[in-house]
Formats: sequence, C-alpha cells, structure tokens
Amino acid sequence: MMRSILIASLALGLASCAEMTKVVNGAATVAAATGYISSSQAGSVMRASTAVAKTMEDITPAQEYYIGRTVSAGIVNRYPVKANPAANNYLNLLGQVLVMASDKPSTYKGYHFLLLDTDEVVAFAAPSGYVFVSKGMVKLCKNEDDLAAVLAHEIGHVQHSHALAAISTSRITSALTIIASEGAQAAVGGSVGELTRLFEGSIDDITQTLVNSGYARGQENEADASAIKIMQRVGYDPAALIRVLETMKIKVKPGATGFTSTHPPADERIADIRPLLPPSLIAMAANANRDKRFGEMLRTL
Amino acid sequence: MRRLLISVVVLLAPVTAWSTSLNVQVEEGQVRNKPSFLGEIVDKVVYGESVEVVKEQGPWRMVNTPRKPGGWIHQSAVSESSVELVPGSNVNAGASGKEIALAGKGFNADVENAYKAGHQQMSFAWVDNMEKFTVKNTDIEQFIKQGGLREAGL
Repeated sequence: MMRSILIASLALGLASCAEMTKVVNGAATVAAATGYISSSQAGSVMRASTAVAKTMEDITPAQEYYIGRTVSAGIVNRYPVKANPAANNYLNLLGQVLVMASDKPSTYKGYHFLLLDTDEVVAFAAPSGYVFVSKGMVKLCKNEDDLAAVLAHEIGHVQHSHALAAISTSRITSALTIIASEGAQAAVGGSVGELTRLFEGSIDDITQTLVNSGYARGQENEADASAIKIMQRVGYDPAALIRVLETMKIKVKPGATGFTSTHPPADERIADIRPLLPPSLIAMAANANRDKRFGEMLRTL
Repeated sequence: MRRLLISVVVLLAPVTAWSTSLNVQVEEGQVRNKPSFLGEIVDKVVYGESVEVVKEQGPWRMVNTPRKPGGWIHQSAVSESSVELVPGSNVNAGASGKEIALAGKGFNADVENAYKAGHQQMSFAWVDNMEKFTVKNTDIEQFIKQGGLREAGL
C-alpha cells in the first residue's frame, strides 16, 4: 500500500506543470462532454488550470518563504523544541558553513537550523531553508562529520525545492475534486479565501510528504548527491553519509516513525550513494577539535 | 557598410545592457568586497532591486548597484526573472486588483495571516525565533579554522 502511494507520488511529483495543465484540461473537457458541467464552465476550469500552472512555475522566493514558514510552524507544533542556546548555536554554525558550500546558499531570508526535543530519529527541511534535526538524530551521530552529512542532505532538499514539488499533487487533486463535486465556478473565484484554501492544501501536502509519506528515491538520491558535494567542498568526510545510514540500520527499529519511515530503505540509499563517492577516497583522519566540540555539544542535550 | 555597422551596434547596445541586468531575489542581499560570504559588506540590495553584472567568477557576480560599483554577490541571490508582484493575466476577470495580484503570484503575508486566523492553535513563535538566529562571520571563520575545514564557494 505504502509502496503504491510512494510510486504514485513519484509519478505525480515528476509530472511537469504543463502536464498538470493537460490533465486538468482533459478532465474538464470530459466533464463537459458528459454533461457534468457546461462548456462555459469547462472553459473556466481550463483558464483556471492555466493560471495555476503558471503560478506553480513562477513560485517566487518570497512565496516559498511564506510556505516554508507555515510548514515549519506545523513541525514545531508537532515536535517540542530543544531550547538550548549552545546546541542551537553550534547547529547554526555548522549549518551555515555547509550552506556556504551549497549551490543555493541564498534563500529569501536565509537558512535557519533548530533542534527538536525528541528521541525520535528525524530531520526535516522546509522550503526556503528551515532545517530541523531531532535530539535523537544528533545522538545517533558519532561525530561532527556524521551530523554534517545529515544537515547537508537536508540542505540538498532545499536546494532542489523538493518540498515544493509535493504541491503539484495537491493542486491536481484539488482541481479534479472541484470539477467532480462543486462545479466549475468554484475553481475560478480568485478570492483571497480561495487562495488561502489552496495555501492550506499546499501546506498539508508538503507536511504529509515530509512527515509521513517521504520523498521519492530519486529525490533522496539528489539530496544525497548534493550532500556529498557540499561535504567535499568544506572538507568533511563524504563517506559519513553512508556511516549514518549504516548506524540507522542497526539502531533504528524497522517500522519506526520519523526519518527511517520517511526515506527509502538504508540499503537502497547506500547503493545509490557509493558510486557518487570519489573513487580514490582515502579514509579521513579524525579531527580532534571537531570531535571535542561535537562531544561538548552532545553533553548539553 | 560603416553606416550599417553603426546601426547594428546602436541596435545591440541596449540588448547587451539589459542582458547583464539581474534582479535581487532575496529579502536583503549583501554585496561584499570580495567573492566570499566572509567578505566585508559594502552595500545591501533589496528584493526586486536591479543590479548590473560586470564580471563573473565561479558562482559569484561582480555587480554595480545604484550606490556602489564593483561589489560581489552570490548568483543564488539574483535572478534573470522579474521577482516583483506583477498581477497575473490569466486569472478570472472581476476579482479585485489585490486579489488578482494574490492569485497571479500567490502566497504572501496576507495569506499567512488568513491561515493563522483559521489555525489559532498553531504558534509561529519558534519560527519567528529561529529566523533571528544569527552567527557572526568571525565565529564562522573560527569554526572553519578550528575544525580543519575550508571555506567553500571561492
């Protein structure tokens, strides 16, 4: 069941906006032909779907920011925050060093990192650069390089706008549901209220993807590839990404909620990551200073 | 022939100037004295403001702002696309001007407020707090040096 949902999500997630417009327009034509709605209503739906598609393609950084804020509000209302200034400062220092090495270091209001006070092993990235990592995830990391791998992976999701891609599905669902149940005019009201409803649907859709269903394997692979690049540029051991996944395999029980349930199986990801590592990668020597400051932060949790 | 060449140059000149102009796509962009996030800030540009590119170096762009020539900004902070809130042309006629702007370009503070009104149990306090987290450049430099790391993106 979950596998079917993931495959369906992947298929829908990969659909372009142009394809989405075709889907909606096709549905409107069929609805008109079968007498479900009038031809003028079908025309309204087609115009509306074109407008929506244009909006999706043209999501500005400012809009991404407002989406990211609200998705983040959902996360911090679901999980308690670890209000530990020292740990959060460390997290933001590490995060900013990694961000500077990413292909998208600038977002509307920049990246921000926050520690969640839960033993659940989770990490999330909301649009526009809000990154959350749980105490459970930090404790699972053996050193700073491991934690850098987790954060770099989440920065990779932001860089590729993966969370925003989840909106497409809800837009398609929303448009088709309106055609089937409420009639065409409801789709083209153009009111702030309708926009707020679409905003709410977009937030729910992203949250569902982040917290429950998870990203498609291809998206995880993209985020992992970006993480490896970022870590190499900064000087962290890129193989730490594999180490974290190996640790997760041992320490996180199958069927657990959070990070493990929202990602493809660790073995699949490791298989995807191995070819991305430099062929002549030499095991990197541990850095005493990195170990020291990571240990100090860990003791405050 | 000479006249033809002059005409071509005259026709192409504005196109060249336009093609090197980029729009700021972050709320506040820092223009620095060198192509590095650790460079000194020499000017600040705001969302939608236009800057003229004079030189490229990796992911960095040397730009002229209306106030300061020759500063550096990262390419991810600027865009060839217009980022201003231009009303959409495909939305339903009859909606108010504000509504068209919203529908054409989507989500903004008004929409967030409308969302908050319908979700009063949802607190944005920690989101506001985390946006205030800042780390000093000197601390980043020390973190990099102490950890045996390097500043990327140069």
